[in-house]
Amino acid sequence: MKRQTLFTIDTIYRQPLAVEGLFFSDAPGAEPAVAVVGALRGDEVQQMYICSLLAGALSRLEQEGGLARGKKILVVPCLNTFSMNIGARFWAVDNTDVNRMFPGYDRGETTQRIAAALFAELRGYAFGVHLTSFYQRGNFMPHVRLWETGYQDAALADGFRLPYVIHSAPQPYDTTTLAYNLQIFGAQAFSVYSRNTSTIHEKSARRALRAILAFLAAQGCLSAAGAEREGAPADPAYPDSAAPLHIAADALLTVLSTHGGLYFPSREPGDSVAEGDALASIRDPFTGEEKELVRAPAPGRVFFSHEGNLIAGHDVCFRIIQE
Amino acid sequence: MGETLQLQKNRILGGGAKKRVCVVTGTHGDELEGQYVAYLLAMALRARPELLDGIVDIYPAINPLGINSINRSSPLSDLDMNRLFPGSADGNTTEAFIDAVTRDIRGADICIDIHASNIFLTELPQVRVGERMAKDLVPPARRLNMPIIWVHANATVLESTLAYSLNELGTPTLVVEMGVGMRITPAFGEQLTHGILHLMDHMGMWGEKVRITPATLVGRDRHVTFLNAESSGIFIAETRVGQTVGAGERIGFIADPVRGELIEAVTSPAEGLLFTIREYPVVYQGSLMARILNN
Repeated sequence: MKRQTLFTIDTIYRQPLAVEGLFFSDAPGAEPAVAVVGALRGDEVQQMYICSLLAGALSRLEQEGGLARGKKILVVPCLNTFSMNIGARFWAVDNTDVNRMFPGYDRGETTQRIAAALFAELRGYAFGVHLTSFYQRGNFMPHVRLWETGYQDAALADGFRLPYVIHSAPQPYDTTTLAYNLQIFGAQAFSVYSRNTSTIHEKSARRALRAILAFLAAQGCLSAAGAEREGAPADPAYPDSAAPLHIAADALLTVLSTHGGLYFPSREPGDSVAEGDALASIRDPFTGEEKELVRAPAPGRVFFSHEGNLIAGHDVCFRIIQE
Repeated sequence: MGETLQLQKNRILGGGAKKRVCVVTGTHGDELEGQYVAYLLAMALRARPELLDGIVDIYPAINPLGINSINRSSPLSDLDMNRLFPGSADGNTTEAFIDAVTRDIRGADICIDIHASNIFLTELPQVRVGERMAKDLVPPARRLNMPIIWVHANATVLESTLAYSLNELGTPTLVVEMGVGMRITPAFGEQLTHGILHLMDHMGMWGEKVRITPATLVGRDRHVTFLNAESSGIFIAETRVGQTVGAGERIGFIADPVRGELIEAVTSPAEGLLFTIREYPVVYQGSLMARILNN
């Protein structure tokens, strides 16, 4: 492993923000094969943690000659230590989101420059993997997501061996994300969603590690045996899948709350539900009286669940994959 | 809990005409310049109801939770509400709210979406118009009593703004930017209020002539020079918006308070009208310090 500062941004009264990259199989002449990017936001601790697991696994494989020669791998665990160190999700100065600034602009605003500097490092890699988090607070089944840009090769997403591949039609707001722009600029890019964001969820982190190692093996960066050994053993809650289910994001069934109040979910991501099953109870915050029993409108599997002890009216409680 | 998220609208009716003007503000919770315009306009219409012939809908707070928490975005989702239009009835609370806003405004004869700058910059009053809609929108924009109309390129990311969405739905919508975040500049508010009444007069909705300053500069992207900081430090402005600056003229500097050194003299590369100046002194590499509309 070669640990290298990719670029720095000067600050006032703090040390410069130094963005580091970890390079593997970086012999002269190696082709840039796969770039893995972790936390772009300051609260993506789980995403950074997964990168640290990956760095450990790749280091061990590299030391024993288990990585393919000539296929360079870059891991960027955290872009935004500047915000992470003070507990801020977005850029700590102006609260802008670096993941809404790609492909960046090297003469523009600070976060545009940061995005441009990172993007320049990632250009040329055949594959991009971004460990990211969703704008709605909640927990997911680990899955792969890809943008329907017209350039995507959806079959490649099967290489992660995760059970679900979500296809998203990009909205205007999404056209400034890292994964979208990697795809537009010639890479095959995938977003890997783990279960948590600001706190570590060990099992799903290990599942994401296993998925990325499987993908690296599928691209010939390492052997399947190496991926199998370094990836965590399969957890029954997060099974491998040789033939993942490909689903359009808008085909997920959304279960909305009617009332706001104290929120008590009884189901979590991965649970199988039948039509009419109780999923959550919303209670009056002062009297404890149940205001609403949220029920499954159709049979399926819980894919996303709202996180938090409070919920607003007309908010997303669950998203369900219909089966 | 204990409250319901409500969209507040002040509908003022006069005469029997069905023409409708919507004045919208407060999409970003830290932009308050429009609050004063909402107040002045409602006061003017209430004071002279006999002059009004049509419907004026004033929406003072598209992001009520943001205004109440000094939060630019929607505090419920941490997303910029002006990137979520036209919204979605099946989406989360914020998306459904935006869907309701869009449906309520849609069909108006004209909509004026008032923004301030953020807390970092002061803007000379200006109307911003996307290039694709310039032919239709520049003529009404000229009536708003704003010194500048900036015709800008249509970036894909801006297709989820209130203005773009409403324009696509056939409701002509003008975006006004003026002043600074978290503050009110009374002179700018009065200037725009006169402009709105002038536009209403032109539309046959207001029975009194309102004089405006006719000189409006129309600039396109290629006419606008951006000055971004190349160093981190403290920016001290030496000019104000509305000033004409010469090529090479110093408009401010970046200082290092620790060493007592001037790090960077900020000079204008072109002659023109300074219409944006940095208000918040702390700058990083890349921070916008000024914009100039080239002569």
